[in-house]
Amino acid sequence: MRQRSLLIITTGVTVGALTLSACGSRDDDNGGDSGGGNKTVTIGLDAPLTGDLSALGEGIKNSAELAVKTANKEKTVDGVTFKLVAKDDAAQASTGQQNATEFAGDETMIGAVGPLNSDVGQSMQKVFANADMVQVSPANTNPALTQGNDWQSGKKERPFKTYFRTSTTDAVQGPFAARYLYGEKKLKSVYVIDDKKTYGAGLAGTFAAEFKKLGGKVVGTDHVNPEDKDFGSVATKVAAAKADFVYYGGEYPAAAPLADQIKRAGAKIPTVGGDALFSAEYIKIAKKNAEGDIASSVGAPLETLDTAKAFIKNYKEAGYDQAYEAYGGYAYDSTWAIIEAVKKVTEDNDGKLPDEMDESRSKVVEAMQKITFDGVTGKVGFDQYGDTTNKQLSLYEVKDGKHVPIESGTFEG
Amino acid sequence: MNDLPQQLANGLLLGGLYGLIAVGYTMVYGIVQLINFAHGEIFMIGGFGALTAYLWLPENTSLVIALPFMLVFAVACSVLVGIGAERFAYRPLRGGPRLAPLITAIGLSIALQQAIWAFYPDGTKSRSFPQFHGESLDFGAFTIGRGDLFLFVAAPLSMIGLGFFVSKTRTGRAMQATSQDPDTAKLMGINTDRIIVTAFAIGSAFAAVAAIAHGLKYGEVNFKMGFIAGLKAFTAAVLGGIGNIYGAMLGGVVLGLAEAMATAYIQDIPGMSQLGGGSWKDVWAFVLLILVLLLRPQGLLGERVADRA
Repeated sequence: MRQRSLLIITTGVTVGALTLSACGSRDDDNGGDSGGGNKTVTIGLDAPLTGDLSALGEGIKNSAELAVKTANKEKTVDGVTFKLVAKDDAAQASTGQQNATEFAGDETMIGAVGPLNSDVGQSMQKVFANADMVQVSPANTNPALTQGNDWQSGKKERPFKTYFRTSTTDAVQGPFAARYLYGEKKLKSVYVIDDKKTYGAGLAGTFAAEFKKLGGKVVGTDHVNPEDKDFGSVATKVAAAKADFVYYGGEYPAAAPLADQIKRAGAKIPTVGGDALFSAEYIKIAKKNAEGDIASSVGAPLETLDTAKAFIKNYKEAGYDQAYEAYGGYAYDSTWAIIEAVKKVTEDNDGKLPDEMDESRSKVVEAMQKITFDGVTGKVGFDQYGDTTNKQLSLYEVKDGKHVPIESGTFEG
Repeated sequence: MNDLPQQLANGLLLGGLYGLIAVGYTMVYGIVQLINFAHGEIFMIGGFGALTAYLWLPENTSLVIALPFMLVFAVACSVLVGIGAERFAYRPLRGGPRLAPLITAIGLSIALQQAIWAFYPDGTKSRSFPQFHGESLDFGAFTIGRGDLFLFVAAPLSMIGLGFFVSKTRTGRAMQATSQDPDTAKLMGINTDRIIVTAFAIGSAFAAVAAIAHGLKYGEVNFKMGFIAGLKAFTAAVLGGIGNIYGAMLGGVVLGLAEAMATAYIQDIPGMSQLGGGSWKDVWAFVLLILVLLLRPQGLLGERVADRA
């Protein structure tokens, strides 16, 4: 009797384990349109494919896959076929670092795209730098990743020459929102909340600094745990502080219930945040209480860009279950940047990649610095820190259950 | 301090939620001395059960009408998983080393989480939960959301019902007997196996009620929600005195109030502004737990019992 039950448990656990590993390997098979080229190189992709942020992560993965497929179909690089290997970091810095180590150890891998979260990006940078392998993030916005920890005091120093990104940074995202809210919306007092993570705290910091400089008033600050769902007490404090709006530095899984509970606590004020609030999931969770909330995001709305039309069409035709979300266009451009860099390396090397992978990787890093091309999100190129030269930003307001663009522009220091 | 009544209401509601889940930990521990770490996931399954029932009903069904169906189905799902866990994961290990069922519980908890993640449609993301429409209810000094009303009614009712069941019915008294001395209870003709199943079932049903309250309060359910909620509820059970059902509710309320007070007022104490606010509330809640356990190792309402070998 006892043994039979044990058998059942073992079977159950085994089935569970198999299911999980099946889910993992499913991603690995994607994007490998073989045939045509005589050398196959892989591009790694790291993003949160499970958990709260998976909506954004899946959009990144699908878009990167689309770029790889397009390059293979159009034979963008003669003699080279690309293959995408996607790994899930579950938004954990430690998992991201493990993935980076595996990527670096993969003899066929030329470069990697990702991750979504700035703290995950931070944990991966050194691994890639040691392997002299290029990393292009479509979504990391913390300035310290490219400009060093002392960026705020003006001592900008690039920590890793292998790290690039196609998204603009919080150094401009926070102040951009501050100027609009103070100048256009005439909101003069704010309650600032952040989740203490690299991204959230950085964003809230740059926002508050600019808002105070403009003459606005910070009537209160608080920090929350990003895993929490109960913000009743914080919401009560916000309502009592009588601020004109709330600025939240963090991501939508906590931001949506926070905004919802602030309005339920009786404070009918908008919650404003960065690109991590710019997701349809945010509205799904906060429902009616998301109305009037504002999110800033990097770049101009994809739907309004001529350069993105082909991407949007191809994405639809590919029939992905999930939307491309906030970073789809950037993920496509990040992947394409690696492809362009590989192209440049082959062109300078008699039409083929160097035989040694180590040499190829180093050359791609060098080439990355010099490339420019017309991407989905506009002109793609990198400055001396590895940041994108495209400093477009937009603000979106939730109206009738949708994010509607209300302001687009560039921010100059 | 003008918002004190509101903060008390916030803490009380949060505490009621912790308390409902904590009942499951405490009942199972009281009878088989097992910490059922999969209880948080049984709570989570209840939430997904309620959501499933709601999605089955015709669209635009009023939530008031849907709620009884959701409740029944959520309880059924949770109880089924709870009893299944007892029957297939814990019973074969009963009498084995103490650590074996504990590790099994942790494994089961991961397996249940991943099962929802893999097999529930769109289970990898937060699923939005139906909400009552309309403004929060204003009671003058404080307001509570319409969704919280369910918790406000369900938590005390469930506790009164449970108290009656344990002290007045035959099965309830048999439970008390089993928890005091399982061997003697068996000799007196009590079917202890059945009592243990009953304890799991009741605990799971409470978890399902808590899951609906959680869904209505926060507007979403996700596959990870059992972890933190379970951890907090376990803390509440220990704080109140593990093994005592009233202790579980009291522990929950004390924990909820402590979190609300820590979030709201620690920052205002001069020199403590860095140590207050939402991200420090767990620290203060656990400081309270440690203090209580130093002064009363058996918990607030727990009894000092000689450890059975």
